[in-house]
Amino acid sequence: MSQTVKVSFKLNDRPVDVLVEPRELLIHTLREKLAHTGPHIGCETSHCGACTVDMNGASLKSCTILTVQCEGADILTIEGIAKNGELHALQEGFMQEHGLQCGFCTPGMITRAYRLLQEIPDPTEEEIRYWMAGNLCRCTGYQNIVKSIQYAARKLRGEPVETSHPLMGEKAAQSEMAG
Amino acid sequence: MIPKPFEYHSPQSLGDAVAMLQQYGDEAKLLAGGHSLLPMMKLRFAMPSHLIDLNRIPDLAGVSESGNEIRIGAMTTENQLIWSDLLQRKLPLLVEAARLIADPQVRYRGTIGGDIAHGDPGNDHPALMLTLDASFVLAGANGERVVPASEFFLGTYYTAMNPDEIMTQIRIPVPPQGTGWCYAKLKRKTGDFAAAAAAVLLQMKGDTCTGVAIGLTNLGPTALRASDAEAALTGKPLTADAIEAAAQKVMAICEPAADLRGDETYKTAMAGEMFRKAIRTAMERCTR
Repeated sequence: MSQTVKVSFKLNDRPVDVLVEPRELLIHTLREKLAHTGPHIGCETSHCGACTVDMNGASLKSCTILTVQCEGADILTIEGIAKNGELHALQEGFMQEHGLQCGFCTPGMITRAYRLLQEIPDPTEEEIRYWMAGNLCRCTGYQNIVKSIQYAARKLRGEPVETSHPLMGEKAAQSEMAG
Repeated sequence: MIPKPFEYHSPQSLGDAVAMLQQYGDEAKLLAGGHSLLPMMKLRFAMPSHLIDLNRIPDLAGVSESGNEIRIGAMTTENQLIWSDLLQRKLPLLVEAARLIADPQVRYRGTIGGDIAHGDPGNDHPALMLTLDASFVLAGANGERVVPASEFFLGTYYTAMNPDEIMTQIRIPVPPQGTGWCYAKLKRKTGDFAAAAAAVLLQMKGDTCTGVAIGLTNLGPTALRASDAEAALTGKPLTADAIEAAAQKVMAICEPAADLRGDETYKTAMAGEMFRKAIRTAMERCTR
């Protein structure tokens, strides 16, 4: 009864085809068939948000959608957030502000925050906490995640940001010399 | 956490979807946002042999105004409800409630039609629909019929929808100008169902209540409309005593199921509390 079906979609701007059973969840296709292990399996019950990806301009828990539903979709995972070897402002913000400890929730956090900042470029702290409520973190107590997102929001709006992280400091110094 | 095998169908038109429902009968399930059905399938509480995905059918989502009525496509997501200018202006109760449903990721997928048609008394839209005097458009092989919310919710996971019908639209009369509103929801955490929740729509002239509607979430086998409490308030000044008497009538109709969110006594007490909070907020928002 349950034959495999061919599904085609765009994953981080690259076209992919997969053969899946209709019952296969997107998170399993990404991790097991497409070697994209950035999205994590935390709860597998659409509570924790570790498996969050972006699909057609919306954040999505990839444990709660079937891969067959993704035909023709445009999917972005944490692997596609950095561009041309440059970290995204959110990735930089999570480094600078210590937005992670164990790091398990981080791909989901960043992917969700990516969409949040597209929709609300200048969020208040309250808005960040409200619109990030679908992602759980058991390490940080969220304060530094909020700061990381505020850092990224400032940078994406073109406002100055303060970097003290050793890796980013070096890069900042280089670009200063070049400038 | 893998569902039992099934055959997946993705009809491109409503007619095709209805035909599939007729063909597969009890073995088929409709897939809307999937945030109730897929978890149930993963836990194997639901094991359909055929899954009919409604997401590729055009024109099933969107919010519009027709005369004095708001029409919401059944596949409109919670997130679309939240950001709808029309709803923010005409049905702020629905926007306030949608903001309290699940979490951001789930609200991008979860639909108003799915929330209603699932028949779960823990879902928020059923009580809202009762409060707003909504009606539902159901499409089947013999065309459409329109069923009022008051005749729709028959039991837990049991509604007036026939197995070969698909909900296509929700119709809601726009409340009179100046109507106060509030949805007060007690939940343990983001994403949880309500331990108790109350919806109130209120019209006042001076201090007197000229009209009130009260709905309750997760406090019985179906969403509830608190008609006795409404009757006790209508035509009366909204004094503290009158509100307290109505709260007692609200609590009197509650039959919540005990679970991890609390026992019956606690949930019933919280129903009273959510009602008090909702009616006080609605009073503040009334233009008299």
